[in-house]
Amino acid sequence: MAEEKQDRFSLPALPFNKDALKDKGISQETIEYHYGKHHAGYVRKLNAADKEGKVPEGTLEDLIKKADGKIFNLAAQIWNHTFYWESMSADGGSCEETLNVAKKLKEDFGSVDEFLNQFKARAGAHFGSGWIWLSSNAEKKLVITDGHDAFNPLKDGLTPILTIDVWEHAYYVDQRNDRGKYIGNFVSLINWKKVEERFNALK
Amino acid sequence: RNPKIVQSSVKPMSAKNRFTLQPLPYPKDALEQGGISRETVSYHYDKHHAGYVRKLNAADEAGKVPKNASLEQLIINADGAVFNLAAQIYNHTFYWESMAASSKGCQGSIAKAIQLQFSTYSDFIAAFKQKATTHFGSGWVWLSLNKQLQLVLSDGHDACNPLRDRMIPLLCIDVWEHAYYVDYRNDRAAYIDNFVLLINWERVQQRYENAIKSFKSNL
Repeated sequence: MAEEKQDRFSLPALPFNKDALKDKGISQETIEYHYGKHHAGYVRKLNAADKEGKVPEGTLEDLIKKADGKIFNLAAQIWNHTFYWESMSADGGSCEETLNVAKKLKEDFGSVDEFLNQFKARAGAHFGSGWIWLSSNAEKKLVITDGHDAFNPLKDGLTPILTIDVWEHAYYVDQRNDRGKYIGNFVSLINWKKVEERFNALK
Repeated sequence: RNPKIVQSSVKPMSAKNRFTLQPLPYPKDALEQGGISRETVSYHYDKHHAGYVRKLNAADEAGKVPKNASLEQLIINADGAVFNLAAQIYNHTFYWESMAASSKGCQGSIAKAIQLQFSTYSDFIAAFKQKATTHFGSGWVWLSLNKQLQLVLSDGHDACNPLRDRMIPLLCIDVWEHAYYVDYRNDRAAYIDNFVLLINWERVQQRYENAIKSFKSNL
């Protein structure tokens, strides 16, 4: 009989209370399902796959960069959702001009507003489930990329600093089909302090 | 010069609304007893399905859709946004027709074909549910007939449609989250369990028999 293996992967704590974002359009109910069922579910499934010997050695980032198929999907979805929660805060939405990332966005997009317009447009236009990311590329330029399902820019050698989830489970409880409204709300929630921290940490 | 005449002669003539939204085959609350609420049908049909029709017509008016192509031809030949829109219009019409408030169950020629292909009806349903439950992300699961007159269970992303593989579709289930999130939240399995009980087997049999004739007449 196989030894009972410990859970290798864990569900990080939410960086805020479940009702913290409700005044800006993301209800407690959404968070309960999104975090408690979807995000937690990916952790549970990856641990189950691990116990069946199906998960190679390495961190979540290693798995994202090297794995494919089901293992990639699970690892990336765990990471993506953690990153998503950290990309928002109740007192977010205000990108101060003095932030280093604000200056870089001005350099690479013309202005923070122009970046946000493009980000919103990409998020609105993405067809089917997926994620939209702001990342730094090999030329140290900030770029917007989007992709299907569990898409994560680490696999393309980019370093992400911000993400939005556009799977329908992210907004269907609160906005039903109105993804545009959800995206507008998200922009008012962007945790620019965290984005700045990630930007400053870029090598 | 009369400014009104100048204005109206400048506005181009356009073929309005080449693509249409097929009426629902039943009232919006018809599937409530079967687990798909009127609210879901309202959003799914009036917003999502209707939205695809509206957007394809807009693309058409902007000259982005090949002229004289039917929806099926667009599904087989187009790519990108035009394919997505055309396929989603078709897929949703097919989905509504794949369900009925009350069905006599799987009988006749389609039942026989399922037994031949899958051993038993239960085995088919188990395979169907497995595909539908495990499909990752938005997409569709289809039962189709191929050129060799075999039943094929397939699943695919987003706007996937088996016409593109030269198969004739018989039945589909929508596993985009908008199909079940109002009624089931994340519990896709419960949605699929209920969907299976709503399958319009009379329609599936009709499609099956037409598909056989169609393939045989092309030999």
